Amino acid sequence: MRPSNKEYDEMTKRVSPPSSKIKDFVFAYLIGGFICVLGQLLTELYSFLGFEEKVVKMAVPSTIIFAAALLTGLKIFDKIAKRAGAGTLVPITGFANAVVSPAIEFKSEGQVLGLGAKMFTIAGPVLVFGITASAVYGIILWIAGMF
Amino acid sequence: MKKCGKRTIIFENRPSVLGYASVVGKKEHEGPLSEEFDFYTEDSFFGEKTFEKAESKLQKTAVKIALEKARLDEKDIDNIFAGDLLNQCIGSSFGLKEFGIPFIGLYGACSTMSLSAGLAALFVDSGAAAHTVAVTSSHFCSAERQYRFPLNYGSQRTPTAQWTVTGSGALVLGKGEGKPYINSVTFGEIADYGIKDTNNMGAAMAPAAADTLLHFFSDTGTKAENYDIIFTGDLGYVGTNLLYELLEKEKTDIRCRHSDCGLIIFDREKQDVHAGASGCGCSASVLCSYILHRIEKGDFKNILFMSTGALLSPTSSFQGSSIPGIAHLLNIKKD
Repeated sequence: MRPSNKEYDEMTKRVSPPSSKIKDFVFAYLIGGFICVLGQLLTELYSFLGFEEKVVKMAVPSTIIFAAALLTGLKIFDKIAKRAGAGTLVPITGFANAVVSPAIEFKSEGQVLGLGAKMFTIAGPVLVFGITASAVYGIILWIAGMF
Repeated sequence: MKKCGKRTIIFENRPSVLGYASVVGKKEHEGPLSEEFDFYTEDSFFGEKTFEKAESKLQKTAVKIALEKARLDEKDIDNIFAGDLLNQCIGSSFGLKEFGIPFIGLYGACSTMSLSAGLAALFVDSGAAAHTVAVTSSHFCSAERQYRFPLNYGSQRTPTAQWTVTGSGALVLGKGEGKPYINSVTFGEIADYGIKDTNNMGAAMAPAAADTLLHFFSDTGTKAENYDIIFTGDLGYVGTNLLYELLEKEKTDIRCRHSDCGLIIFDREKQDVHAGASGCGCSASVLCSYILHRIEKGDFKNILFMSTGALLSPTSSFQGSSIPGIAHLLNIKKD
């Protein structure tokens, strides 16, 4: 007797091992937390070196983006992210990795049609919806400001 | 040849395995079947500039070694049957273009080894060809970039995901005495039970495997007990368990005489491959090494070999379609 699609879906769920959620949460918390601590340490360091607050706010994310891009190129980032999950995905490190990894991968198809065209295949949707959301938010704020 | 039942074709002229070869990557060489493979490369580019060219070279090398082992020249081969996972099967066409052998390109996803070998045997048995070659390949890196994410992208794989084998297997078939031979082929139908999770290919392919196996048993009037062992291609941990359950519903039990190529090529725990291995190269490299070695040694005399494939594309899965599965079965014997 052929099981119905619904029955088969239930059979599949029963035999498919689930992700170990607690382990994932702990790693995401620890590594994500570590990146935040690193950000704070960099803030303190740049302030200590006498940079203005405005500059520090630019320099800290730039440093973290550079570090994530470098680690991606050195093939270390994906090994950390495999354990960290959202811990590396949510901070700006995830965005840097999402841009750099296709750029490296698709350079075999050339600088224009490979690297250039494919660089934003993963990060593209984040940019599209991020920019759209910020525009919508701006309009709401503008309308709210009229009253 | 003669038709047996609805789907099985029994060969009468013993299309035999005159030569075979397997070529794999570093991770496969580090696995439990390490010593079985003919050739391996540490370099995922295999000395080429792109992963696609590396995959082509896997096929080319496998065919060359298989021809040497069969003591045949490429001029002796009438047809070559080949396919792979890449768009438009460029792994095969670019890898085999230099041989000058009439080429029959196939797409059966990961079922390509038994599809190509079944057709190659049919050509030899019918007399349409004196010698044929069946070859297929997959490459972890070329498959990842086509179906999933760039290699250096930091993502987590689910426990049901399978690891694409970097490898190729080639068979040279012809008429010969005292060699392992393909006794029959059963081509399967497309089975789709509505699985949409692209990280659970085993679940998508298990229904096709169960269907083809049951058709074969019904066509030939045999049971699992009549065979030394039944190999499936790349069902992995999840697909294997689902196959057992599906067969149990039909009162067929293969547990004690079944093995899955996707579960034996890697050490699942130590090599971190989650639910097992997959890819055309998985069943191909295991058949053209471990399985045929065991048959030649006389450990197995009568086996079933069934490669399983998931017939999806990135487009179909982005559009929310379910994953159709396919399985083709070979009965391989040695006297």
